[in-house]
Amino acid sequence: MTEKGWIGRPVRRVEDARLLTGRGTYIDDHPPVANLFHAAIVRSPHAHARILGYEVKAARALQGIVGVLTGEDVLKHTKPFAVGVTAPVRYYCAATDKARFVGEPVAVVVGKSRYVAEDAADLVQVRYEPLPAVVDPERALEPDAPVLHEAVGSNLANNRRLVYGDPDGAFREADVVVRERFKFPKYGSTPIETYGVVARWDALDGVCTVWSNFMGPFIMHPLTARVLGLPENRLRFIVPPDIGGSFGIKSLIYPYMALIALASKLTGVAVKWIEDRHEHLLASSTGTDRIAYREVAAKKDGTILGMRFRWLDNVGGYIRSPEPGCSFRPTGNFVGPYRFQHLEVDASTVMTNKSLTGPNRGYACGHLYFESEGMLDRLADELGMDPAELRRRNLIQPQAMPYRTPSGGLYDSGDYPKAFEKALELAKYDELRREQARARAAGRYVGIGLALAVDPSVSNMGYVATALDPQFRAKPEYLPKSGAVDSATVKVDPLGRVIAILGTTPQGQGHQTVVSQIVADELGLHPEDVTVVDEMDTFTRIWSISSGTYSSRFGSVGTSAVALAARKLKAKLVEYAAHLMDVPAAQLEWSDGAVRRREGKGPAYSVKDLAGRAHWNTESLPDGMEPGLQATAVFGFGVSKAVDAEDRVNSSNTYGFIAEVMAVEVDPQTAAITILRYVTVHDAGTIINPMIAEGQIYGGALHGLGGALYEELQYDEDGQCLTGSFMDYLVPTASEAPTIEIAHVVSPSPLTPLGSKGLGESSSMTVPAVIANAVSDALSPLGIRINELPMTPSKLWKMIDRAGRGHAPLQ
Amino acid sequence: MKPAKFDYHAPASVEEALALLQRYGGDAKVLAGGQSLMPLLNFRLSRPAALVDLNRIASLAYVSEHDGQVRLGAMTRQRTIEFSPVVARKLPLLREATRWVGHLPIRTRGTIGGSLAHADPSAEYPAVLMALEGEVVARGPRGERVVKAADLFQTYLTTSLAPEEILVEVRLGAMPAGAGYALEEFARRHGDFAIVGIAALIVREGRRCTRARLATAGTGPVPVRLRAAEEILERDGLDDAAIDAAARRASELVSPDSDLHASADYRRHLTGVLTGRALRRALAVAVRAEAPPRRRGER
Repeated sequence: MTEKGWIGRPVRRVEDARLLTGRGTYIDDHPPVANLFHAAIVRSPHAHARILGYEVKAARALQGIVGVLTGEDVLKHTKPFAVGVTAPVRYYCAATDKARFVGEPVAVVVGKSRYVAEDAADLVQVRYEPLPAVVDPERALEPDAPVLHEAVGSNLANNRRLVYGDPDGAFREADVVVRERFKFPKYGSTPIETYGVVARWDALDGVCTVWSNFMGPFIMHPLTARVLGLPENRLRFIVPPDIGGSFGIKSLIYPYMALIALASKLTGVAVKWIEDRHEHLLASSTGTDRIAYREVAAKKDGTILGMRFRWLDNVGGYIRSPEPGCSFRPTGNFVGPYRFQHLEVDASTVMTNKSLTGPNRGYACGHLYFESEGMLDRLADELGMDPAELRRRNLIQPQAMPYRTPSGGLYDSGDYPKAFEKALELAKYDELRREQARARAAGRYVGIGLALAVDPSVSNMGYVATALDPQFRAKPEYLPKSGAVDSATVKVDPLGRVIAILGTTPQGQGHQTVVSQIVADELGLHPEDVTVVDEMDTFTRIWSISSGTYSSRFGSVGTSAVALAARKLKAKLVEYAAHLMDVPAAQLEWSDGAVRRREGKGPAYSVKDLAGRAHWNTESLPDGMEPGLQATAVFGFGVSKAVDAEDRVNSSNTYGFIAEVMAVEVDPQTAAITILRYVTVHDAGTIINPMIAEGQIYGGALHGLGGALYEELQYDEDGQCLTGSFMDYLVPTASEAPTIEIAHVVSPSPLTPLGSKGLGESSSMTVPAVIANAVSDALSPLGIRINELPMTPSKLWKMIDRAGRGHAPLQ
Repeated sequence: MKPAKFDYHAPASVEEALALLQRYGGDAKVLAGGQSLMPLLNFRLSRPAALVDLNRIASLAYVSEHDGQVRLGAMTRQRTIEFSPVVARKLPLLREATRWVGHLPIRTRGTIGGSLAHADPSAEYPAVLMALEGEVVARGPRGERVVKAADLFQTYLTTSLAPEEILVEVRLGAMPAGAGYALEEFARRHGDFAIVGIAALIVREGRRCTRARLATAGTGPVPVRLRAAEEILERDGLDDAAIDAAARRASELVSPDSDLHASADYRRHLTGVLTGRALRRALAVAVRAEAPPRRRGER
């Protein structure tokens, strides 16, 4: 079907006309219930302060205000959220005893408009006892550092030392050992649409309905139900059809869902809260900032024997689930695309007075590859070897697929050398090196960077337990977790039109388009014949703990569920046609959108034909066939298993590959970086819609460029956030976008019905590495190596200026 | 991010606007293009009792010429300036600077009067006003007064305009035919306020530089005229050595502050680098302007 079918074609997105003409249905667009009231959130101006009391009379007295709730109400009416570690961190949906970061919610005001609610929020007085703050994760672990959570006793939320193979032996045997310290910045995604929540706690039927642009995972539904003291079937989450971008960030809206639900419960009105940009930058979610100590052990010939990672991940004021995924989400792909077998990972999760963290496009892989690929280049320098050659010598070979990594990952398919060589060829790597030599001779600073990465998609939720000690996991009362499932329903209506119903939460990825392509191919239709409905509702959709649209899972697991549902439906249609034609189903085939005999002549039954007969005349159904034409499939991966006693876990289910080459020039006078070439080659298995895939790669690359050059949530030493608006938190725009040269290699996944893998995070995880390596290479005559992002011109100039003293002045 | 309550007035004339400003006794804000004021209001960093919106006063938007001077109404949009034939002919430096102002939607709303009255020292227009030794006309209850560029900017976001005054007009001397000019700017992204910007104007007679004008953006609380650097050029001409000397001097003349985006040292260094680049480009413009137009068939 693929040959002549819709899969693989750049079908235009059916969503775009609607979205581009302002007819999207976002959380802020229309009130799902009448008589909405509006919340404004009072936030802590202090990075660290004990809360001594609240004065809310003046706020309550303001005309139009229906209620004010504070941390006292939160403490009285809710439970803390479960956290992913054993440290006794009590994380409520708002501050109760202390504020631990600037922007932490401390009170909520509900009024008849957002304006009056903000006026009243100004009148809420919170009495604070300011405490010393700490923002640096290394400083936070010093014995005299201020402690955020007294019950924990220190700022260390978690530490795990994971050992795979014999790293000590590998370092003993090594000819060369290279060590380096890296710093990765705290940045987010800044989706165009901020968080939004509408909650109605109905006192009559006891059901609390929460509309929001929550993207999943829906493990947060049972956890929130517990926080609110509700049985799960009294808590209804509804996600509108459109979400204006997320990139991981909107999985962390759940504390606000609880907070606004509580506001509705206590005020008795339906409450709406739309986060503003200032709130978003202060207190939504970001990736962690990390300090990493890296070591690599290698033979003289470049064979990598082993690595050591020591990480300090800064999760901010509380460790909020799914953290410490920042350390463990890439467990299965810790080694990247390389063959080495010996690895030690010492992962510390540290709490400081910064805002909270969670998945941010590439969840922890931007960090991982920035460090690993930086180490590869340093090792190449040390060995006097071309960095491309060093990588070649260590790549996992295609005949080794499927490949089990030492940390438990199962790389399902891929031809890494082929994709890498393709990237080098496209970039004309050897020619680039010659150009670089000429440029250097002319006093110009031109550099070439490489980055290779295994691109994990569809998280196996079982990885989160890697954070826990194996002895803890071995206790009989411990219940293991695993899985990655999605569902889809495909139905044919009485006049033969098809509707596919999903339980995903698309944030702009084009699920409707992709699903219409898949269903059209399976049933021999045109994509326009397929309508796709995508409004998540925990009361009406089939969902599970891992449901949602995150970790690049739709292209892999969501599409699989759709294909299987369509196939199930097709099987029923064939069986029905066999009955009508009075021939065995085995003698029939599906071709050109109709069921017909494999051999010989006879009638052909189209979907429309069969639908009409089946719906309008149930007598025509064979005995025992269930009336109606619909099929639901739930797809799950058999390779999703819980973490084992040796801390091995297949943390994702499908694994793609990325190979990138970038050439840059640095202006030594201004420290401006110009991207001369940027080539990115991806292997994400079967590409369902190359145009959408390309869009994801563009977006991912720009996001990575943001972290590498522009974006950082900055704090001063007292924990004040310095980047509370887009004046100071700089996001790359179209003007900053380089020309991106994209190519694909296709190694279909053996694990999915269509052979597809995820691609949504893609180059966000490689661009920080590739550009840092390119700039390091450009400035290598000055002895400069980039080990800290973002590379702002001011910081880079300082390095050039220091290094350049004693050098001849440059023109 | 909703503004605190304020009264809103949209007068149809400057007189009406002045009366309103007087009525609020300094507690009203003048709204021009709104590109800076609206965020300040939404952050509640500015809480005026009233806004006096000038957008309905059609007589405040114009570009005209008077005796070698170009006059621009305060409400002239940056986008209008970008495409004004008068500006293109008489004030090409202003046109070049305008392209550095924000992005298209910002320039469509933003005004020259608003930008100058807001007095952000990292903005392009204050630097141009300084380099071209322009002036603004302020109208108040006691009539009009003319304020020279050098007297306008007091410190960050502060001018010498009184609260009851409105900046109504900007006056810039037409640039001499054949003058060289350039605006060099370094910003972290396209459309951002300058980390450092340099506006340069040079007028030559033969090999001599009879007039050099250099002004900065982003180097401190106000835009800075780099007079001592200009003097080097007016004395020594425009050869490489003189330009290098002027560039070095330029970096000594500023005392910028450090902020989130750039250190003071980096800004000082950039002042020199960009002064050199601006002068070289200005010189190239002047040389091109001097070359007699080629006739068809000539080589």
